[in-house]
Amino acid sequence: MPLLTLNDAGFSRKDIDLSHISFSVDKGEHVTITGPSGSGKSTLLKLVAGLIPLSSGEIIFQEKNIHTYDPINYRKEVSYCYQNPVLFGETVRDNLAFPYQIRKESFNPSHAARLLEAVGLNSGFLDTLVKNLSGGEKQRIGLLRHLLFTPKILLLDEITSALDNQSRTLVRKLVTDINLNQGVAILEVTHNDQEIANASRLITISHGRMAGSNEPIIG
Amino acid sequence: MSQLSVNAASLIFSFSLVLVALAIAYKERLGLEKDIIYSVIRAVIQLIIVGFLLKYIFNANQMILTLSCVLIIYFNAAWNAAGRMKNLPGALLLSFLAIFSSTTLTLCLLLTTGSLRFIPSQVIPITGMIASNSMIAIGLSYRHLSASFRDQRQQILEKLALGATIRQASHLIIRASIKTGMSPTIDSAKTVGIVSLPGMMSGLIFAGVDPVRAIGYQIMVTFMLLSATSIASMIACYFAYNKFFTKQKQLRE
Repeated sequence: MPLLTLNDAGFSRKDIDLSHISFSVDKGEHVTITGPSGSGKSTLLKLVAGLIPLSSGEIIFQEKNIHTYDPINYRKEVSYCYQNPVLFGETVRDNLAFPYQIRKESFNPSHAARLLEAVGLNSGFLDTLVKNLSGGEKQRIGLLRHLLFTPKILLLDEITSALDNQSRTLVRKLVTDINLNQGVAILEVTHNDQEIANASRLITISHGRMAGSNEPIIG
Repeated sequence: MSQLSVNAASLIFSFSLVLVALAIAYKERLGLEKDIIYSVIRAVIQLIIVGFLLKYIFNANQMILTLSCVLIIYFNAAWNAAGRMKNLPGALLLSFLAIFSSTTLTLCLLLTTGSLRFIPSQVIPITGMIASNSMIAIGLSYRHLSASFRDQRQQILEKLALGATIRQASHLIIRASIKTGMSPTIDSAKTVGIVSLPGMMSGLIFAGVDPVRAIGYQIMVTFMLLSATSIASMIACYFAYNKFFTKQKQLRE
């Protein structure tokens, strides 16, 4: 059985109309979503994350409708990383400690330091003030908040859009490692040509509809 | 010590002060003339009715009448506070709960310690004083809560996306909103007697009470308002924040 299945999923608001979205994602799979700006890709990820309500269709996670799960526990398993993250508190530490706080666990600075180094930031970075961070640094910290605890699915929304080539390579390496070695499924939105070219499975969204998929779609 | 004496003639003369406000509104073209006249007429009528009503209630000295007045004050205060959050479902009930809890608890404490006697001339004015301060505190808390959920929307969404509960995601907003509700009372406690002689103390001094005795009552009022506004703000914020989320723990638009 697939880990995640969307059956005719849709979301409709005055400025967004996403409909008839059907596909599935297996455990450990890496699915890339692309399409023009404003086509509904980010909305699709938010729907899967349970952050906005479905207007039609259903989303099945581990053989159960996502509405049957406690939304808080579900979002710990299906983790959505925003493209331009807003960082909390004053320091990087405040942000990386947050996932521990919400689980009522003690912050593990060595784990955080390992992840920081994996994306090209040293462990001393923990005490850096958020206000002094560049866009690329904020984007990497925003991503790391979702990686301190391993989810079952990572929903990544253009997570390398503010990164230079070197940082992008490091982030890609980390995401690939989590995908291949920890079996985390990835559902990723990107506009990057190279990432699209390297995609093992590509879904194209256009004007709120599925315009193409290089794998059989559901329904 | 001379006592305040107001008769019909002095009231008519004091009406000239309203003419000053009207003249300014007219000269500066503020468009407030009608509003000033309406508010003055309304205030005079309301006060005349309240004056006669209170005289009757004080003379009757019946528990049921006193408690009815207390309930009317609660309801009016809750109605006004709820007006600050028209788009919040159940705001009236929430405000009533906050005002009822904060005012009743403070009143009970004052009554059991003997600071206050259960007679209408003491219970009704003190209830009004506590409830109006609670009302202002709740209104401020609501306004802050509402503005913060709008301004910090992205941050809340990201916390939810990380798996935070709605309370964890709203924690800082709740704290800041309670603080906002309490701050006018704390600020006025800091300046009481230095910048202003508050209502209770002024009233007693006007009535000829020794200022040194009057401060005793004012100290009690300061304590009770601190207690009431903190309880009211806390209840209002903790019961209101979850109204910003759906059953599926999604942030409402």
